[in-house]
Amino acid sequence: MQKPNYPYTGKAASAPQAQSDYIIEVKHVSKQFEDGKFALNDVSLSIKKGEFVTILGPSGCGKTTLLRCIAGFQVATSGDILLNGEDVTQTPPHKRPVNTVFQKYALFPHLNVFENIAFGLKLKGFDKATINRKVKAALKTVGLTDYEDRDTDSLSGGQQQRVAIARAIVNQPEVLLLDEPLAALDLKMRHDMQMELKDMHKQLGITFIYVTHDQEEALTLSDRVVVMSEGRIQQIGTPTDVYNEPQNCFVADFIGESNILTGTMVHDRLVHFCGHDFECIDEGFGENQLVEVVIRPEDLYIFEKNDKAQLTGVVDSCIFKGVHYEMWVKLDGPEGETPYEFLVQDYHAFEPGREVGLLVKPEDIQIMKKERLCNTFEGEIVKGNKVEFLGADWDIPEAVAQQFAVGDEVIITVDFDKVDLHDYEDEGTLTGEVYFILFKGNHNHLTIRTDDGDDIFVNTTDAWDDGDRVGIAIHPEDIHISKKS
Amino acid sequence: MRKLTDIAANRRTWAWPYVLFMVLFVVLPLIMIVYYAFTDADGGFTLYNFIKFFHTSEAINTLIYSFAIALITTIICLLLGYPAAYIMANAEFKTPAVMAMLFILPMWINFLLRTIATVELFNMFGLPLGEGALLFGMCYDYLPFMIYPIYNTLQKMDKSLIEAAEDLGANKAKVFTKVILPLSLPGIYSGIVMVFMPTVSTFAIAELLTRNKITLFGSLIQRSFGEGGIAMWNYGAALSLIMLIIIALTSFLDSGKESDAKTSLI
Repeated sequence: MQKPNYPYTGKAASAPQAQSDYIIEVKHVSKQFEDGKFALNDVSLSIKKGEFVTILGPSGCGKTTLLRCIAGFQVATSGDILLNGEDVTQTPPHKRPVNTVFQKYALFPHLNVFENIAFGLKLKGFDKATINRKVKAALKTVGLTDYEDRDTDSLSGGQQQRVAIARAIVNQPEVLLLDEPLAALDLKMRHDMQMELKDMHKQLGITFIYVTHDQEEALTLSDRVVVMSEGRIQQIGTPTDVYNEPQNCFVADFIGESNILTGTMVHDRLVHFCGHDFECIDEGFGENQLVEVVIRPEDLYIFEKNDKAQLTGVVDSCIFKGVHYEMWVKLDGPEGETPYEFLVQDYHAFEPGREVGLLVKPEDIQIMKKERLCNTFEGEIVKGNKVEFLGADWDIPEAVAQQFAVGDEVIITVDFDKVDLHDYEDEGTLTGEVYFILFKGNHNHLTIRTDDGDDIFVNTTDAWDDGDRVGIAIHPEDIHISKKS
Repeated sequence: MRKLTDIAANRRTWAWPYVLFMVLFVVLPLIMIVYYAFTDADGGFTLYNFIKFFHTSEAINTLIYSFAIALITTIICLLLGYPAAYIMANAEFKTPAVMAMLFILPMWINFLLRTIATVELFNMFGLPLGEGALLFGMCYDYLPFMIYPIYNTLQKMDKSLIEAAEDLGANKAKVFTKVILPLSLPGIYSGIVMVFMPTVSTFAIAELLTRNKITLFGSLIQRSFGEGGIAMWNYGAALSLIMLIIIALTSFLDSGKESDAKTSLI
C-alpha cells in the first residue's frame, strides 16, 4: 500500500535544515474570537517533513485552534500558514493536502466502514479497483482487515478510532492532523494505540501533527513537543529537552512533577536556595541574580540523615505510587519561617517522621530566568491621593502623592508578597479569581486574573484553590510609584 | 388499606383509563368501520360497498385527485421547508428561536380560522378560489409539519461530520449531497408522512377554499355520512377503510426510520 512517500527522517531535532525542508510553516499567526479573546497569540512554528510533532497544553490553551487553522476549519485573524512553501492561510479545507483524525472520530453514520474510508478517494475520482485496493490496504494498516461491510456504530471505540485513522491515511495526505484522537479510549487501549500510531508514522513516513493535553502521550510519541499555554507557544523541543530543560515555570509545572523554587545565582555554576549554596552547571545568568530553580522529584536522593546530606528534613507524608514512593519532606530551617517542602520520589520508603537527608547532583539542577520580579503596571495619578491602575483607584500616602501632579502617567510596582487577598470580594479594591497556582517550595505563587482580564501575581502562604473569587487589596505604603519616562 | 395503595402504586392501574379510552375511541370505531364496510343496510355480509367504489369512476377519480393534491402539497412543502429548516439549523444565536417562533405562531390559531382568513385574503386581493387557493391553503397549513422534523435532524447533526467531509476533499455542494442530505433523510421521511397523511384525507380546507367546487376524497367520505343519511353509512365506511389502508401503506415509508424525529416534534 502507501509505501513511504518521504523517507523517514529520524530524530527531527538534528541540526537545522534548509527552508525547503519545512512542510508546514506557521508565521506569526493570531486568532482572535468575536469576544476579543485571543485563542492564538503570535504563534510561529515550523514543521519538517516526516516529523511527529505534538502540540501539548491544558484545555483552552489554543492547541486545537492551531490545528484547525492548519486544517482550514478556522481562518487566522493575522499571520500566514505555509504548506510546502505555498500560502494556504485562506485556502478552504477541501483544497488542502492534509487530513484530520477527529477527536470524536466523526465517522459518517450513514456509511459503512468501507464507504467511510472510500469517501475521500471517491471524491478524487479514483476508479473502483483502485479504491478497493487502497481501502483494503488502509484497513490492513490499522489492523481491521475484513471489516469493510461493518456498520460504524457496531464498532468499539478503539475500532472506530482505527477507521477514522484509515479514512485519513488512505488519502496519502502530506500531513496527518490528529486532534486528541485517543482521549476517548481507556488507559490500556490508549497505550496500545500510542505504540501503533508511532509504528504507523514510521511506516507511512508522513508528517504527523498531534494535539493532546496528556503530557505522557506527548513525551512518548513525539519527535518534538510544542508546549502551549494561553494561546502562546511556551517551548518547542524534543521530549527530553522540554522535560529536562523547561524554559519557564509553566512548562516545568505542566510536564511531569517538579520542585520549583526561587533562588539566587551567586555566580556561574553556583546557585543559592533554601539557605544553602549548590553547585550547578548553568552559566550566563549574571551574578546575584534571582532565578527559578527546578529539581525533578526523581533527581533528589533521599537517605538516612548523615554528613553527605545537602539538605536535611523530616518526612511529612509517604505514598506508594506503584513503581516508586512519593514523599513530601519538610526541610529544617530557621525558626519562625515557613519551612521548604520538597517532593521526592524514590524506590525506598521513608515513613513519616523519619529524619532524612537530601542530595541533588549539579547536572540535575535546572536554572531558569525569572520571568518577572514584581508586579508592574502603568497608571495615572488622580485626585485625592490616589493612583489609578487596572481600572481602579488605589490609595497612596499623601507624601508620595505630593511628588506628582494629578494626571501624571506613572509606572507602579508592587512586590508579589505585598498583595493582600481577601475571601470577601468587597474587602478589596479590585476583584478577581485565582487563575493559576504554582507551589514554590515554601509559598504559593498565584496568578490572579481580575474581572477585566489583567493579571496580578501574588506570593502567599495561604491556601487558595483554582477559581476562588478574591478581593485584592494593596497597602498604600506598598505601592511604589515612579514617573513614566 | 395496604392493598389500595398497592393498587395505586401499580403502574398497570394507571394505564387502565387510557386503555379504556383507546378501546372506546380507537379500537371500537375501527371495528365498527370494518363491520359497516362489509355489511349492507340490513346488517348482512356483502362486498357491494367495495364493488360500488371500484365501479364508480367519480369516486376513483376523486381518490386519485386527492392523492395528487396531497402529493403536490407534500412536494411544495418539502421544497419550501427544507431550505427553511436548513437556514434555521445553521443560523447563529437567537435567529433560530425567532424563526421557529414565526413558523410556530400560525399554529397557535385553529387551522379552520386560518383557512377562513385565507379565504378572506383571497377575496380581498380578488384572487380566484379554486385549485390554486386549495394548494396554497394546504401548504400554508402543513408547512410547519415539514419544517420541524427536518430542522430537528439537521440541528442534531454532528457538525464535525461536515468538517470531516470538507477535510476529505468535499466542496460545499458535495458536503450537502454526500453528508447533510443523506443524514437528514429520516427528518424528510417524517415530514413527508406528517404532511401527506393529513392532506390526503382533508376536506374542510377544500370546502372552504374552493367553495365546494373541488371534491376531495375526504369530502366524499364526509358526504356519505353527512348528507347520505344512514343508508350511506356502509358505503362511507368502505371508503374510510380504503383510505385507512392506503395511509397505512404510505406510513410504511416511515416505519422504523428515525421515529424520534417525529416524537420530538413540538
